[in-house]
Amino acid sequence: MSQTDLPHGETPVSGHDYLAVQASPEFQDLRSRLRRFVFPMSALFLVWYFAYVLLGAFAHDFMAIKVWGNINIGLLIGLGQFVSTFVITGIYVWWANRELDPRAEAIRAKLEGGAS
Amino acid sequence: MTIKILAADGATVGNPVANIGIFALFVAITLYIVIRASKQNTTAAEFFTAGRAFTGPQNGIAISGDYLSAASFLGIAGAIAVYGYDGFLYSIGFLVAWLVALLLVAELLRNAGKFTMADVLSFRLKQRPVRIAAATTTLAVCLFYLLAQMAGAGGLVALLLNVKGTLGQALVIAVVGLLMILYVLIGGMKGTTWVQIIKAALLIGGAALMTVMVLAKFGLNFSEILGAAQSEVSGSATEAVAKRDVLAPGAQYGASLTSRINFISLALALVLGTAGLPHVLMRFYTVPTAKEARRSVVWAIALIGAFYLFTLALGYGAAALVGPDEILAAPGAQNSAAPLLAFHLGGVVLLGVISAVAFATILAVVAGLTITAATSFAHDIYASVMKSHQVTEDEQVRVSRITVVVIGILAIGLGILAAEQNIAFLVALAFAVAAAANLPTILYSLYWRRFNTRGALWSMYGGLISTIVLIVFSPAVSGAKTAMLPNVDFAWFPLANPGIVSIPLAFLLGILGTLTSPDDEDPEIAAEFEVRSLTGVGAEKAVAVH
Repeated sequence: MSQTDLPHGETPVSGHDYLAVQASPEFQDLRSRLRRFVFPMSALFLVWYFAYVLLGAFAHDFMAIKVWGNINIGLLIGLGQFVSTFVITGIYVWWANRELDPRAEAIRAKLEGGAS
Repeated sequence: MTIKILAADGATVGNPVANIGIFALFVAITLYIVIRASKQNTTAAEFFTAGRAFTGPQNGIAISGDYLSAASFLGIAGAIAVYGYDGFLYSIGFLVAWLVALLLVAELLRNAGKFTMADVLSFRLKQRPVRIAAATTTLAVCLFYLLAQMAGAGGLVALLLNVKGTLGQALVIAVVGLLMILYVLIGGMKGTTWVQIIKAALLIGGAALMTVMVLAKFGLNFSEILGAAQSEVSGSATEAVAKRDVLAPGAQYGASLTSRINFISLALALVLGTAGLPHVLMRFYTVPTAKEARRSVVWAIALIGAFYLFTLALGYGAAALVGPDEILAAPGAQNSAAPLLAFHLGGVVLLGVISAVAFATILAVVAGLTITAATSFAHDIYASVMKSHQVTEDEQVRVSRITVVVIGILAIGLGILAAEQNIAFLVALAFAVAAAANLPTILYSLYWRRFNTRGALWSMYGGLISTIVLIVFSPAVSGAKTAMLPNVDFAWFPLANPGIVSIPLAFLLGILGTLTSPDDEDPEIAAEFEVRSLTGVGAEKAVAVH
């Protein structure tokens, strides 16, 4: 069996090429698209989650307001966290399949094709 | 059916022979599958990552099997049954946390790593110190999590088999531990993954069945379950329980400002802990590509979300149908809510099935934790640090097998010592360690180019040490009636959940450590890391089946 390698240095592409790839407009485009999507989306769901947590900690009476039968606002907001999690997951997958994968694939194909 | 139910008197529930019989059947079937799956466990990639050959959906089911531990099933259902709404927070935190994993961590980690979390963290930083730190935090999280699972095993055994003597419980925990060692040694990651898949199907299926049965009892009207739960709780013989409003937040964490801050602290650890759990991160390496890693998280979120909706019905259902007095009087206290509900709904057979599922859950999660800890030790400490990479992968597998045995024995010892704490609470502590010690460094490594070795070390050790120190000096360990050591009092930290201090501290230490040391990391390696993590160039491929 082969020796255990350091994780880097295993690919046929040299370190020098990676600097060039990193600086290339295609890669910068991929990088900024990813960040422009995941950072705001993460901020959004964290704010929504902590709004829920703070309401749960300090607004017991508000959360206990009955809406329908014994179902109260607290339960509805709690279930809303489930809904928002499912919806954000769906949006992310749709977006990543459409925006992320083709761009990453193009860069990967160029690198691996050119170096083998 | 000779042994009758007298749970209120603290006796056994259902028929121990039926419980053991169904569990033995599960063990027999899974062992057979593990042995079949182990035929190809020849290389390190196969032993540690199942040849990276699982599909996204398969891995997603396995992730949910890994994640939905006894804490989720017994702990959350129990917390909802006794405290009502406050137990629901666990479910929400555990679920929303997956968005952190999906959006920020899973795919980049899959692209850049090989076997362990430390592969990614040490990629562009100084190998030796960062690997040691990452392996240390990995082992710490795994041990906390193991403690929770083994505590669950002890409580479950007490309830179901009427084994109350210390020796008898120790014996059963030892059997669970030995079975787990056997699974991991024979099956490696592939066998462990199949156990997770089978277990997840049984657990989610069982919870779904019980949910339907509970709903049917109340004419499919969830509001009526809530009403019945509240009136049962209000009718409790214990005054403190009777005055709880279980439909609104505050029954467990609402009494004082300190307990409210404790609640926020818990919520923070839950949402940030998942993406730092090493046994969850390691599962991303069992799929061939980042896209499959994404698909597996989607499957995991769907299954985990559905399961937590079931626990809501089960928890309130247990309060309504079993009642808090009977639950609290049972040998496993809160943790016995789900098994007691099963008995009320479906008698000896359903109780046997649900108990077997709960045992299987503990067994599978313990196996997953053990292989993660063993992989980290063999790959990060032994091969990379002690032998400076001058070791074959076969040797790594051999070392990890030895580690499995050591950790298994350690887990048995811990399980025997573990008190009857709520399992969900113990797991929350593991999440606090993961969120403080692992997540800041993972995020900084992936997204902050300036981040360097000192930042990583300060953040990981600072997060780990501060979390553990705060837990030791918290009311969870001493000073309170419910503490592990109730007779002494050295608690000066008021919160049982340390996350609100230790997690921001670890993020801050990462920044401070980075900015106080020169920017001397190799820009070429940093570029390689970023390109690889985003595009998947040079990512570890699936192993061809031979």
